[in-house]
Amino acid sequence: MTSTTFQHTRYVISENLVTFGAFALFLVLTLFAIFGEAIAPYDPLASNAAAALQPPSAAHWFGTDQLGRDILSRVMVATRLDLGIAVMAVALSFLVGSLLGTCAGYFGGWSDRIISRCIDTLMAFPLFVLAMGLVAALGNTVANIIYATAIINLPLYTRVVRSEILVRREAGFVEAARLTGNSEWRIMARHLFPNVLPVMMVHISLNMGWAILNAAGLSFIGLGVQPPTPEWGIMVAEGATYIVSGEWWLALFPGAVLMMAVFCFNLLGDGLRDLIDPRMRT
Amino acid sequence: MAHSTGKIIGQRILGAIPSVIGVIIVTFLLTRALPGDPAAFFAGPAATAEAIAEVRATLGLDKTLPEQFFLYLGDLVRGDLGTSLTTGQTVVYDLATRLPASLELTLAGLVFAIALALPLGILAATKPNSWVDHGVRLLATAGVSLPTFFTGLFLIYLLYYRMGIVPAPLGRLDILYSAPPPVTGLYVIDSLLAGDLALFWAAASQLFLPAVTLGLFALAPLARVTRASMLGMLSSDFIRTARASGLPPRQVLFGYAFRNAMLPVITTLGVVFSFLLGANILVEKVFAWPGIGSYAVEALVASDYAPIQGFILTMALLYVVLNLLIDLLYVVIDPRAGVEA
Repeated sequence: MTSTTFQHTRYVISENLVTFGAFALFLVLTLFAIFGEAIAPYDPLASNAAAALQPPSAAHWFGTDQLGRDILSRVMVATRLDLGIAVMAVALSFLVGSLLGTCAGYFGGWSDRIISRCIDTLMAFPLFVLAMGLVAALGNTVANIIYATAIINLPLYTRVVRSEILVRREAGFVEAARLTGNSEWRIMARHLFPNVLPVMMVHISLNMGWAILNAAGLSFIGLGVQPPTPEWGIMVAEGATYIVSGEWWLALFPGAVLMMAVFCFNLLGDGLRDLIDPRMRT
Repeated sequence: MAHSTGKIIGQRILGAIPSVIGVIIVTFLLTRALPGDPAAFFAGPAATAEAIAEVRATLGLDKTLPEQFFLYLGDLVRGDLGTSLTTGQTVVYDLATRLPASLELTLAGLVFAIALALPLGILAATKPNSWVDHGVRLLATAGVSLPTFFTGLFLIYLLYYRMGIVPAPLGRLDILYSAPPPVTGLYVIDSLLAGDLALFWAAASQLFLPAVTLGLFALAPLARVTRASMLGMLSSDFIRTARASGLPPRQVLFGYAFRNAMLPVITTLGVVFSFLLGANILVEKVFAWPGIGSYAVEALVASDYAPIQGFILTMALLYVVLNLLIDLLYVVIDPRAGVEA
């Protein structure tokens, strides 16, 4: 990072406290994801029938669930699984989408037509419905949740990379690289793709939030993660039964943390966009 | 002009055909990608080896993939999506009886979202940096961060359990009432057509909370695009000219800026529908709404695959049709659309 970028970054952070707050929240979430198990006050799986359905107290900040498990500990430990699914899904669709998008944008012609047609077919489905169908068809495992989330995010990355590559394909620096004898693949990987990265960072951040929501939604309807594994979506689903009898803390805390995590990534994405391209601000 | 518009509309309808073909191929592949032996799944858990073999023969699973595909197409043309193990009815019958509930919910959610998003977006754009503007920007980011299933539960807790101003979240109608004679299948409209105001009120109060939950989710992208698009329009040259010519502000805002600003909003509707149809499943589960989403979730829990495939196909075709309608709406509103296409 050059010093001017650094100054610009510092300026943006001081001008945009919200983004800074989101970044702090992001660090906390990362901390929970790495050390959640170690710093959780209780064992997230240990049930204690004597302490079932207790409202929040000094001993159990977030209360206890129907089996007497500590909700705070479960929420903290769940961070790794929820973020892990989202990170892997986004990484996977970023890699595959970048490859497909670069090929489609750079080569054009039939490879563009085939790739675009496949992507359009994916886009013809309501995305959450497609994810649900994929997990139902491939099998009810966490790995398949990741694949399904990656597949429904694929159109976004492929399309963005394709259009970004397309506008630069005939640019002067690409022509220069070609004339100096770089191979096609080298031009794509070393000259074109790095130019797309800044824009992609914004999409990755915004997409992370969406991936978390998706994965939690899938486990809410009973796909992927199985109880008693602590996971935000399942915890809300389990707490749902108790909402109408007044035990609000079972669903509220995991749901609120889920919402905060998504909100955090969306804010970060907005902040990054301002940093990279102030004109894109809406 | 009318002639060319008709031609463009025809082209758009033809343009949807590849999507339909793609959807059918993907749904077919999903059927065949079932883990293990699909015949064993369709025969059910208690099936004997002969029963499985019989199912395999009836499903045509002993044939090659292309042959199976044509069999599948034949089934689709005959309207045969298999039989649900849990309800014992054909999937087509189940979907047909439950689809109106889902449509009612989705439409109500959409109407709520549009009714709130457009005024908010316009207000925010006409008063940049006011509290309305900041509020809308916060709403646009917060709204897309809301897990629908969580918002639904939260609203139930607040409005049903705490305040008791909405009925129990248990389906489309309280058990005291019976459904109105079906005309459109939407209880809210059918009860009005039947002239039964008490029934209308009962149906509407059941619909209120799920529709708001769904609408809140769709609200954010719509408000965001409306605001951005109105801002762009209001700073454009033709608006300045219109203002300078002394046109009344109301006419400039709604007759000139709003009409042009609507185009990106309509484009966004496609994405919003994708959100809505997906979130529909979650909202239906939370509110025990007897639509096709909760039907699919129930089937999922029971490992009953024919309804799930029927559901996915229905949703995808519905989405293709909605996108087509959006395209057509675009052509009707913007005379320039389709000139280059």
